[in-house]
Amino acid sequence: MDAVLLARIQFAVTIGFHYIFPPITLGLTALISIFLGLHLKTKNELYDKIAQFWISILIVVFSIGVATGIVMEFQFGTNWEKYSRFVGDIFGAPLAAEGVFAFFMESTFLGILVFGKKKVSQKTYFMSSLFVTLGSILSAFWIIAANSWQQTPTAYTIVNGRAELTDFFAAVFNPSTIPRFTHAVVGGWIAGAFFVAGLSAYFLLKKQHLDFAKKSIKIALIFALVSSALQIELGHVHAIQVSQTQPEKMAAFEALFETRKNAPMVLMGIPNEEEQTIDYEVSIPGLLSFLVGFDTDIEIKGLNEFKKEDQPPIMIPFFSYRIMVGLGFYFIMMALIGIYLYWKEILDKSKWYLTLLLYSVPLPIIANEMGWIAAEVGRQPWIVYHELRTADAISTVVSAGEILFSLILFSGLYLVIFVLFVFLISKKMKKGPDLAQTGY
Amino acid sequence: MDLNIVWFILIGFLLVGYAILDGFDLGVGILQIFAKKEADKNAMRESIEPFWDGNEVWLLTGGGAIFAAFPHVYATVFSGFYIAMILLLVGLIFRALSIEFRNQVDSQAWKNFWDKAFSISSLVVALLLGVALGNIFIGIPLDGEMNFTGSFFTLLRPVPLFVGLTGVLMISLQGAAYLLLKTDQDLYVSAQSWVRKSWLLFIVFTVLTTVITAMTDYSKIGLLFSSFWGYLATVLLLAGVILVPRFLKREANFRVFLSSSLIIVAMFLIVGATIFPNMVPALIPDYSLDIYNAASSQRTLFAMLVIALIGMPIVLAYSTFVYRVFRK
Repeated sequence: MDAVLLARIQFAVTIGFHYIFPPITLGLTALISIFLGLHLKTKNELYDKIAQFWISILIVVFSIGVATGIVMEFQFGTNWEKYSRFVGDIFGAPLAAEGVFAFFMESTFLGILVFGKKKVSQKTYFMSSLFVTLGSILSAFWIIAANSWQQTPTAYTIVNGRAELTDFFAAVFNPSTIPRFTHAVVGGWIAGAFFVAGLSAYFLLKKQHLDFAKKSIKIALIFALVSSALQIELGHVHAIQVSQTQPEKMAAFEALFETRKNAPMVLMGIPNEEEQTIDYEVSIPGLLSFLVGFDTDIEIKGLNEFKKEDQPPIMIPFFSYRIMVGLGFYFIMMALIGIYLYWKEILDKSKWYLTLLLYSVPLPIIANEMGWIAAEVGRQPWIVYHELRTADAISTVVSAGEILFSLILFSGLYLVIFVLFVFLISKKMKKGPDLAQTGY
Repeated sequence: MDLNIVWFILIGFLLVGYAILDGFDLGVGILQIFAKKEADKNAMRESIEPFWDGNEVWLLTGGGAIFAAFPHVYATVFSGFYIAMILLLVGLIFRALSIEFRNQVDSQAWKNFWDKAFSISSLVVALLLGVALGNIFIGIPLDGEMNFTGSFFTLLRPVPLFVGLTGVLMISLQGAAYLLLKTDQDLYVSAQSWVRKSWLLFIVFTVLTTVITAMTDYSKIGLLFSSFWGYLATVLLLAGVILVPRFLKREANFRVFLSSSLIIVAMFLIVGATIFPNMVPALIPDYSLDIYNAASSQRTLFAMLVIALIGMPIVLAYSTFVYRVFRK
């Protein structure tokens, strides 16, 4: 088999699996800080019990995130040696900064959160949770800054076939860093919010731990609503940035074959690459132009502006982008309905809603994955936009057979980890919050 | 002193920090093989639970720093040692899972499985890292494009293997010294005997490694004693080796741990003094990666230095705070 394809599959498998966990961590840590803050403020012990239960879940999520994250830190060197040489002057610094500024903070203070409850004051305990939350956000910042430089490289010159840094801050704050960072963090918050809300709904459905579940679900639903409403604006800002800085990616998202004014927003349809049209198209005329520039006369670049070999694939970005956006609106609706039911005091009797909420737990995770797929497949055929092709970036000394070996090893291992993850979470749910063990 | 030398030292600092800190929890994992009682195994694992995760961050940061400061070292070594790196990653994953998952299910078979996984993965990780370092120490086959031209078996030459085994014993000593600080009663007595045994075996293997190195490539010994740093490293190693049993007898346990850490510092200093100014010596000397031809631009090295100078004091401050919270 083709080494480039195998290396790409391995990268996709290892990061796709890894990316299940850090977003949940982002949301869970933020919610745990909120619960501990409420405990500190109201002195209501129930909040502490809620925090302890979610900390006991966080341990599982976080450790899988760490274990699978180490692979990511090393894989650029093992499988993408030419890429590493090309970008090393720029790409390595944010990775190191992530270690120094984020990982140390996250893991050190998580130690206090899990093992130190009886050894520190309530205030210090709350502060430790804030540092864990901050650490997870900083971690997202640095890794997304690095990835964003691949999307919109800035502040470099090519010297002896390598990209050399000309301005550290300009490279870190390249045009896509902030839009992508905020979009991804809030995507994580939504994942954490629905995780907590959905699992709390499970207790309400079982009529167990009702006080615990009601308080937990209330805060989680409010957090879900705020985050998913905020995400509309953040997603919009990010989309405008993509259309300005990577127009062929936006054209792939929208399957826009020809440059045009009054470009439509395609709601449904199947892109037909041979005929250069969209089959079964349902679209709103002019909406894409309007969303990008608040004016239907804005011209949007189509794929015809780019050479065939420079065009991204269409099908995968087109569909993953649509699934993500569709789910985004579903989250707002679910959060709104939940808060309405809570306000009417009929939430715990609304079985249909609670069931739906429980089964919605994986959906934000899927939305995050779809967003990542759209962003990274939409960047192809480039590994560094307009500078280095993915096909020219792999390790020359690693054979296809060796990659196949490691790919099988990782896939098998990750499958086992996933089964263990689901098993452990459901076990913790069956045990319930009374027996959640932390803080010894 | 230029930025390239500063970064050679800082990478060394990160690797030594990793070896001292993750060293003790890897060592505890290796020694768990010899623990008989269930309660002892538990006490051993619990002694490292709050820390192992933070300790491993040193490796992540070290990896990131090598990528940033010396991208060609990162690219050459990680792609060249492909199969070994993959096994290392699998070992690290298993280790993380075994510590976190062991107590999640009340079944003896489950616990036994993860206990075994914890010990074996700790051993594999320590051994692989030692063998990798041993390969850097004696040099690897590289071509003019900075690419590794050997195979997986090139990595298993006698000297690197013996460096790897010596490393495992050094890490066991570090783990046993750590256990002195965190245990009592029977387990404490076992820890004392583990310190003695690892210490003795470490000396034996250090001597063997030296003899084999001298027999295969005498120039390495000459390189070591060609600079002040090589002499210093040797003196420090001797000091650490002499101090461990003395402090052990007086039950000055924290000093035993410090002496064991001193041995680790000395061993890295020996490698550093021998290879400098190379980072990865090649069998054909012209193709070696050194601190200049493998480095990032001065601008990047400077930016990274600023990051390190701001970040590391903060890390050390709150790490110290957390270690104090968890004092026995």
